Amino acid sequence: MKYMNVGSIIHLSILSLLNRRLAVLLSICAIAVSVSLIFTVEKLRQDAKRSFADTISDTDLIVGARSGSVQLLLYSVFRIGNATNNISWRSYRSISDRDDVLWSIPISLGDSHRGFRVMGTTRDYFEYYRFGRGKMLELDGGKPFDDVFDAVLGAEVAADLGYKLDQRMIIAHGIGKGGFTKHDDKPFRVAGILKRTGTPVDRTVHISLAGITAIHVDWKAGAPIPGMSISADAVRKMDLTPRSITAFLLGLKSRLGAFKALREINNFSKEPLLAVLPGVALQELWDLMSTAETALRAISIVVVFGGLLGMLTMLLTNLNERRREMAILRAVGARPHHVAGLFVTEAILITIAGIVGGLCLFYAGLFLFQPVIEDIYGLFISVTAPTVNDLMILLYLLAGSVVAGLIPAVMAYRQSLSDGIIVRN
Amino acid sequence: MIEICDIRFRWDSEAPVVLNIPSFQILAGELVFLEGPSGSGKTTLLNLLSGMVLPEQGSVSVNGEIITRLTDGARDRFRADHIGVMFQMFNLIPYLSPLANVTLPCSFSSRRSTMAAKNGGSLASEASRLLTRMQLDDVATINSPAYQLSIGQQQRVAAARSLIGSPELIIVDEPTSALDNEACQMFIKLLFEEVKKAEMTLIFISHDTRLAEYFDRRISLVDINQIA
Ligand SMILES: Nc1ncnc2c1ncn2[C@@H]1O[C@H](COP(=O)(O)OP(=O)(O)OP(=O)(O)O)[C@@H](O)[C@H]1O
Ligand SMILES: [Mg+2]
Repeated sequence: MKYMNVGSIIHLSILSLLNRRLAVLLSICAIAVSVSLIFTVEKLRQDAKRSFADTISDTDLIVGARSGSVQLLLYSVFRIGNATNNISWRSYRSISDRDDVLWSIPISLGDSHRGFRVMGTTRDYFEYYRFGRGKMLELDGGKPFDDVFDAVLGAEVAADLGYKLDQRMIIAHGIGKGGFTKHDDKPFRVAGILKRTGTPVDRTVHISLAGITAIHVDWKAGAPIPGMSISADAVRKMDLTPRSITAFLLGLKSRLGAFKALREINNFSKEPLLAVLPGVALQELWDLMSTAETALRAISIVVVFGGLLGMLTMLLTNLNERRREMAILRAVGARPHHVAGLFVTEAILITIAGIVGGLCLFYAGLFLFQPVIEDIYGLFISVTAPTVNDLMILLYLLAGSVVAGLIPAVMAYRQSLSDGIIVRN
Repeated sequence: MIEICDIRFRWDSEAPVVLNIPSFQILAGELVFLEGPSGSGKTTLLNLLSGMVLPEQGSVSVNGEIITRLTDGARDRFRADHIGVMFQMFNLIPYLSPLANVTLPCSFSSRRSTMAAKNGGSLASEASRLLTRMQLDDVATINSPAYQLSIGQQQRVAAARSLIGSPELIIVDEPTSALDNEACQMFIKLLFEEVKKAEMTLIFISHDTRLAEYFDRRISLVDINQIA
């Protein structure tokens, strides 16, 4: 026989909240901001991981000079950082000629074009490189490189620089935006433009290994040899087999053979080499990033906590002003738990409004900034419904709001018992 | 209607005894004027009669129910059903409209809700009838929060609230403090009309002894309260 039902308590709390619009709105905003922040952090974390994991697929081994496996993964696949050492062409040949090797893609790095990295490779790259879930590279126009001075651009390079097919371009020595010595005596021609992949491939200029050799024939130790200049045409007639490359990717005939090949390459006698399984190296990368992840999460939890604290402050500040209101409610027959329920309901309503606001903010931001992030960071953020994990976070937040509401509720409960019907001023 | 038997009350186990009343009765339908110096315990008695607090010893019965024996929940419900209370000041929930303030007791008591609906046709029409009776015709239609009303208007809204749904016992604690003499007389006249019509019992706590002559009985708390 409980006459005062939940509906009328909610009705009372809504009216009471509306009566304090400004303070309530601020509390809602604080919670909304914290919700959108925590969602953003989660989203970036998940999508960055997915994007990293999607960059390389179907490659069994990555091989480079001996260094850290994460470093090797970063420079060979993600174009982040630099190799400390190159590996010799002869070592590459002898490993790629192994019986268990199905395909190999040599990679030669070290030059750039207006901020984009230049990668020397072979036409096998276009045939065997896979990203996402086994997707092949596709050309948007043109053909893979044919001539020594042909280049194939990643989608973003072409879009950013506004390059069309057959356009001429100059490769710079070193990595960075300008200010470097240029290989301007040997211009390249845009032979093909790749379709967008959402991976670092989009930000890469691909040329043949011969092209890499060609622009360096009259160079030594990273600088042009004074007085020596060989023209582009003369170069074509030279032997352009590279002496060294940076790294290479291997596809094996049988996945099961990966461990055996890995062991043998790591014990390669003629040169210290390092082979890694992409999955294992990725995992190591996650482990490295987990501290940052934890820190990011901790920050968002603190921000959410701050949001709840703001609400609690608001509820507690006018607790005293509301003593009379509670006394009136008690006088007309409200039970102490109705009085307490009023506060908890207010806390829950504020939090729900904050969550709704936060979700709106988050999705609005997602739609707004998705293209920008993809443009600038090459990170494709997908617009998806909240995950179970996200919903759990919201559930925790609601539980937190109940706890925050219980504090003033218990105080009001006690007060309404000790005040009696009439509050003394 | 009210029967107090040998009660003793203090607010706190260390506080002094505020009330010590061996015996005291009020008959059904009586209009009682209760006076006493400030701090003598009039408001405390109101708390006891409405079942907000319990005495250390003794019993209080209201309307035939020994409320000191009821559970906390039952006492809260008893108050909701049978007692209308009006305070000295600040009687209204600030964020509710005057009309919603008047109908508030009905959301805690089905008995008073049904009674109110029976008396006036519907809850809202009974509430506006009472407001009109209190000469607040214009206020009945206001949809804005109650805090915009004058103090005198607020007190009349509160009177209407204590009357809605015809509870058997009405207790008003210094309701006329903000009213001038004329308004005060008018207020009492209207209050009496409603109280008599519904055969309610009225306890009217006040310092204003000039009003005492209108009542059936005049009681001084100091006479019935035996504290040393
Ligand atoms: N809620 C309360 N908690 C603790 N002590 C209280 C409470 N209400 C009243 N008292 C104490 O009980 C005593 C009687 O106070 P009460 O309010 O009943 O007097 P009163 O006769 O109504 O006075 P007034 O005419 O000024 O309203 C006082 O000493 C007061 O301090
Ligand atoms: Mg008093």
